[in-house]
Amino acid sequence: MFRKILSPFARMFEFQARTHYRAERHSMALTIGIILAAGVGGFVEIAPLFTIDETVEAAPDMRLYTPLEQAGRDIYIREGCYACHSQMIRTLQDEVDRYGPYSLAVESQYDHPMLWGSKRTGPDLARVGEKFSDEWQVQHLINPRAVVPESVMPQYAFLLENELDVESLPARLHALRRVGVPYTEDQIDNAAIDARGQARPETEAADGVFQRFGDDTNVRFFDGRRDRVTEMDALVAYLQILGGLTDLPSQTRSLEGD
Amino acid sequence: MLQRLTIAERQLALAISIAIILAGLLMAAAGSGDPMGPHGAIVMFAGAIVFLAVLRVIQDPEPLENRAENYYDDPTRVGLLISLGWAVIGMGMGVWVAAQLAWPDLRFDAAWSSFGRIRPVHTSGVIFGFGGNALIATSFHVMQRTSRARLAGHVAPWFVLLGFNLFCVIAASGYLMGVTQSKEYAEPEWYADLWLVVVWVIYFVLYIRTLARRNEPHIYVANWYYLAFILVVAVLHIVNNLAVPASFAGAKSYSAFAGVQDAMTQWWYGHNAVAFFLTAGFLGMLYYFLPKRAERPIYSYRLSILSFWGITFFYIWAGSHHLHYTALPQWVQTLGMTFSVMLLVPSWASAGNALMTLNGAWHKVRDDATLRFMMVAAVFYGLSTFEGSFMAVRAVNSLSHYTDWTVGHVHAGAMGWVALITFGSIYAVVPTLWQRETMYSWKLVEWHFWLALAGTVIYVFAMWNSGITQGLMWRTYTESGTLTYSFTDTLVAMHPYYVARAAGGALFLAGAILAAINVYLTIRNVPQKRTEGDYPTPSEATEPAVPVAE
Repeated sequence: MFRKILSPFARMFEFQARTHYRAERHSMALTIGIILAAGVGGFVEIAPLFTIDETVEAAPDMRLYTPLEQAGRDIYIREGCYACHSQMIRTLQDEVDRYGPYSLAVESQYDHPMLWGSKRTGPDLARVGEKFSDEWQVQHLINPRAVVPESVMPQYAFLLENELDVESLPARLHALRRVGVPYTEDQIDNAAIDARGQARPETEAADGVFQRFGDDTNVRFFDGRRDRVTEMDALVAYLQILGGLTDLPSQTRSLEGD
Repeated sequence: MLQRLTIAERQLALAISIAIILAGLLMAAAGSGDPMGPHGAIVMFAGAIVFLAVLRVIQDPEPLENRAENYYDDPTRVGLLISLGWAVIGMGMGVWVAAQLAWPDLRFDAAWSSFGRIRPVHTSGVIFGFGGNALIATSFHVMQRTSRARLAGHVAPWFVLLGFNLFCVIAASGYLMGVTQSKEYAEPEWYADLWLVVVWVIYFVLYIRTLARRNEPHIYVANWYYLAFILVVAVLHIVNNLAVPASFAGAKSYSAFAGVQDAMTQWWYGHNAVAFFLTAGFLGMLYYFLPKRAERPIYSYRLSILSFWGITFFYIWAGSHHLHYTALPQWVQTLGMTFSVMLLVPSWASAGNALMTLNGAWHKVRDDATLRFMMVAAVFYGLSTFEGSFMAVRAVNSLSHYTDWTVGHVHAGAMGWVALITFGSIYAVVPTLWQRETMYSWKLVEWHFWLALAGTVIYVFAMWNSGITQGLMWRTYTESGTLTYSFTDTLVAMHPYYVARAAGGALFLAGAILAAINVYLTIRNVPQKRTEGDYPTPSEATEPAVPVAE
């Protein structure tokens, strides 16, 4: 009986071996065969993600990164933070208990590229926003072991000394719009001013940030320095918005609890 | 060495080097104040070295050699030496990053030396620098021997080899300056990616043209794998790196994909970089050097066919197992898991085929460390593919993901399989290429073997322990239903394993340094001896035109 079950497979393999025996005498036959064989899987798995609507939830309250937060995100990438910190809370009880509601696809809808990460040498950061004060974040970045003695995180004190490059921000936001982030013309044109304004409360520039990005935007002296806008401002502004782009995940969770 | 090029070829090389210098100049001028500026300077410098080297011999007479009588091995030799150089750099960086996790102050407070910036120098250094150069060099060697034909072109192989290394240098120097796309194993920015596409197209054309010259009706199995490596890596590289630069005068770009689609694309790339860079290419090496060294034919032609097409077809689906329990739709996760499990069949078919080939030659495995490198590589290939299929199962993955278990798994493959087969192949091919009697010291090869094996085992055991420990600690609850351990508790528990891992890596690095020394002394000190029959021969001269099987 075993033979009977296996015989169709044996015949199929026999056919494959014969076909291959002929194909391996022609480099182009091999080339085409390889491309076809290797093409199927990727196509079947990736293409539908762009067309099936349920892949990404609808979150009407989803907001965009401000120029300062986007600048902070670029620094997060530049320093390779993603190598040790994930931003993806899995649908597992202990992760929800430790980090908060599990991550939804919509939360990284405008993340070019996504930073879900693959390794947690440090904790997940998907919902780290507003869990710690700005002051804590700055001190922790300056010297992690002064705040958490067991930490193995590198020190990033130099961020506090580096003035933030805001001049390139309009071009950056423009590029982001070209890949699908719906920034308005107004937001792009004023990106440099808004980046400074977000780190300078109670100025005219700060009002512009509220106007263009909503009243809930965090406008603070993130790094505690009042004299200039540093890379530390940008990174802390980014960390403080993580998990705060939409309220949908916490609603989803309470619905399931009911 | 360059005198072997005809004058026309030298002129072409000169023209290409001038074009590269101009491109570098353009980058340096446009990107001043941005990391693109220093990269422009590096490109100019690279172009200038080639320019001067060619200029020195431009007036020399035409070569007298009859090209059809010999293989063209100069690029292979240089490629192998560069590969060994990258091995020492990449593994050295690996030991350093590993040590930083055990002793975080080992970064000396510079911006460029943080874990996040030098980790990709390690990964790219070993994968692309060491592995990539070894693949390019051995592919040149293998395709000529198995086709019994000389390389189709003399400038193209140099362009591929040196162009690829320019890509590696731009990548590694960029990470130190903070230039990265953050896409794992595809970190280099847009201009480096575009350059690699050019290099890769030339590589493919060279490969196909050489195959077209073959004096052998059939294409040997090693070449199937090299071909799959070249083709699929091109597709993966182009799709995964689609991006829009913020400015053509700067390094920063933004990925065309976002969120869940980007995650799937990145792991489709990431896992198939493992499949077609770190597996297919090195299986090409295995299928040529192992039977050659053992002096036994491949055990089964049919197993070769089964495993080749199985790997090519199944692997592509497996990437989504990196995204279990995430926001990726579950149907994709399930597909990824299913195909990962099925992948065990072709993977073990390959490993089994390699080990069965050694039947009748096991006494050689005992006596010859070079062959033992290849044998142990096949064993590790079998072990890590089993582990990979196992970890792709959702329930297992819930424990292993995000922990050091994954890191251990990757290194079982990278050290145990990829590096060991590469070192085995290098020891096998160096005497042939430089026409020496043997390697300088077989004792050094023995030492290297045991250092590498010990290093791998220590590394992998440390990471199994730390990964499983941490995964379990994360999900331990107290009786009252709260989490028992804080994140820092788990970090403290990792420390001894991180020390052990750094030690294991250091042993492995020591072995690589011995290899470099041994190769250097072989070239310098061992008397010459021409390998018999190592030249292109028409098919009719060696066997009947029609294979017996027909």
